[in-house]
Amino acid sequence: MKLLSRRLLHAVLLLLAISFLSFALLQLAPGDYFDEMRLNPQISAQTIEGIRAQYGLDRSLPVRYAFWLFSVLQGKLGFSLSSGMPVGPLLWVRARNTLLLTSTATFLAWALALPIGIWNATKKGKWTDRVTSLATSTLLTIPELLIFLCLLLVAARTGWFPSGGMISPGADGLNALGKAKDLACHLLLPAAGLAMVMMPALIRHIRAAMIEALESPFVRAARGHGIPRVRILFRYALPVAANPLISLAGLSVATLLSASLLVEMILSWPGLGALMVEAILARDVYVVIGVVMLSSMFLIAGNLFADLLLFASDPRIRVE
Amino acid sequence: MKRWHKLGAGVVFLAAFHCLILFAGFFAPYSYTSRDRRLPFAPPTRLHFFDESGKFHARPFVYDIKDDPAHFGAYLTDTGRRFPIRVFVFGAPYRVAGPFSARVHLFGVDDPGRIFLMGTDAFGRDQFSRFLYGGQISLLAGLIAAFLAISLGMLVGGIAGFYGGWIDNALMRSGELFLALPWLYLLFAVRAALPLQIDSTQVFLLLVAVMGLIGWARPARLIRGVVLSAKERNFVVAARGFGASDSYLLLRHIIPQTGGVVLTQLVLLIPQYILAEVTLTFLGLGVGEPMPSWGTLLASLQQYFILSSYWWMFLPALILMPLFLAYYSAADALQERLKSVSL
Repeated sequence: MKLLSRRLLHAVLLLLAISFLSFALLQLAPGDYFDEMRLNPQISAQTIEGIRAQYGLDRSLPVRYAFWLFSVLQGKLGFSLSSGMPVGPLLWVRARNTLLLTSTATFLAWALALPIGIWNATKKGKWTDRVTSLATSTLLTIPELLIFLCLLLVAARTGWFPSGGMISPGADGLNALGKAKDLACHLLLPAAGLAMVMMPALIRHIRAAMIEALESPFVRAARGHGIPRVRILFRYALPVAANPLISLAGLSVATLLSASLLVEMILSWPGLGALMVEAILARDVYVVIGVVMLSSMFLIAGNLFADLLLFASDPRIRVE
Repeated sequence: MKRWHKLGAGVVFLAAFHCLILFAGFFAPYSYTSRDRRLPFAPPTRLHFFDESGKFHARPFVYDIKDDPAHFGAYLTDTGRRFPIRVFVFGAPYRVAGPFSARVHLFGVDDPGRIFLMGTDAFGRDQFSRFLYGGQISLLAGLIAAFLAISLGMLVGGIAGFYGGWIDNALMRSGELFLALPWLYLLFAVRAALPLQIDSTQVFLLLVAVMGLIGWARPARLIRGVVLSAKERNFVVAARGFGASDSYLLLRHIIPQTGGVVLTQLVLLIPQYILAEVTLTFLGLGVGEPMPSWGTLLASLQQYFILSSYWWMFLPALILMPLFLAYYSAADALQERLKSVSL
């Protein structure tokens, strides 16, 4: 409990620091949302100043930061100028979509990588192992961009999958089951792409961790006692190998989020990453800050969750 | 022995590839802006050794291509006109190493023949030439950004590890800020702070600076770890006992010990930063036209009809694979060597 509260406090402090830095950075940046309006001869300078004053953009930096913090407490996270509404509601929808995509992809990747990794560890050096290691190293060298573009090409050529978006235009009229099916259809390609990006590293780490566990003396002793192979594998070796894998899961959230940004852009999944790029192009500062905050929150939450899992699974850490 | 062999093959490939990019003007048959409006989206030109009658030619040649009157946007090869490939031909002028300009190209065909090894884009520009010139942007961005990140990491990690105490604490805590953000999001956030429309050179410099400045935290952590153990080694303690100054200890004894980790990290970071530049430019936030970068070459694939009809537009991305493979395997070999040295 003490550990958890300390970690939570740390996370909050970290988020505060990130928010202040990104706020300062983006507020000091040259150019703003009104640049385009200034070019328009029909809008006078006074009007623009008026709008700026209305949104409090003419105040000093600390004042604006204080206002922003207050609106974070209200769940609004500032005001999006380009869509004319508070950032909060805009973000929640997108965050939900990103979360749906990334969690599906994570599930897919682990569900495939675990059996493959364990299988290869038990058959170390056999041809299946070599083929898999060749496949993973090839997959590692393919730029993520290319994987996603190829998926888009598959969708475009075969027409089996929708080539972007999240919901079909006519989906409103469907019943709950039909809606779920429609969503699953749209989800499949981006999730598969993300899983393909994650899997090679996962398989390699799972294999390495399992091999290390299987070659340790206590497993040899267990084998000497005549304990069945399957029991050794899952009851003895896997819990030992789980330790580095859980840390890996926490760390891989960062890669996952970055890859998800790209997949959202290419396969037009309406998630946080897509929102971020739109906001940058529209110079919508508060949305950018919101996305940055939310993405780092995901990352910190992922690491925290991994630590808690580690705490639960590894008695050595609990003793410390 | 075997390890060195493995490292050698990767390094030779990397050296060759970088030479190709460095002397893009010489290896590219055309300049990156030269367009041929007759030939938008021409497929890669086929090299022939045998002509129509089956006669063998030692010097490969290409056929002329022209519009297919029956299909809009398709091309026919005109077997009536052969253009042998010549080496060391004179063509569009280019710059070598800044001030020197030259006109000799490695290969080319006589006008009005055209040789497009990787096809052409919407403006009839040679994709192969643009790929080589684009490498000058993308590779250079990756290299400089990685150097920048590593040198910053070395500075911060070295100071943090060497002095310890509150300096160490402060530096590593501020590093955590950078690690707590998914790095592509961080890169985008910083990109958001820069003006959208500025000229290509400025964008390039800003991009490289940004990529280098936000990536120092991870190498700094690793280097700090090495420095922590390095400063406790007997010869360092002895040197300190003889009255060596801090800066002497750092530069003469401690930094050299981090060499292995630094080199490995550098080799790992370069492909990452190349990809970062490609990604940013792909999404329209990087270097713009007419300067080619690998990101600009791929960006056209965002258009649906290009994606589905012109397969050769994928070629630039495919060529990146052996490049990354070489970098990763070099990093692997370095890492293994590092392990065997430290054991």
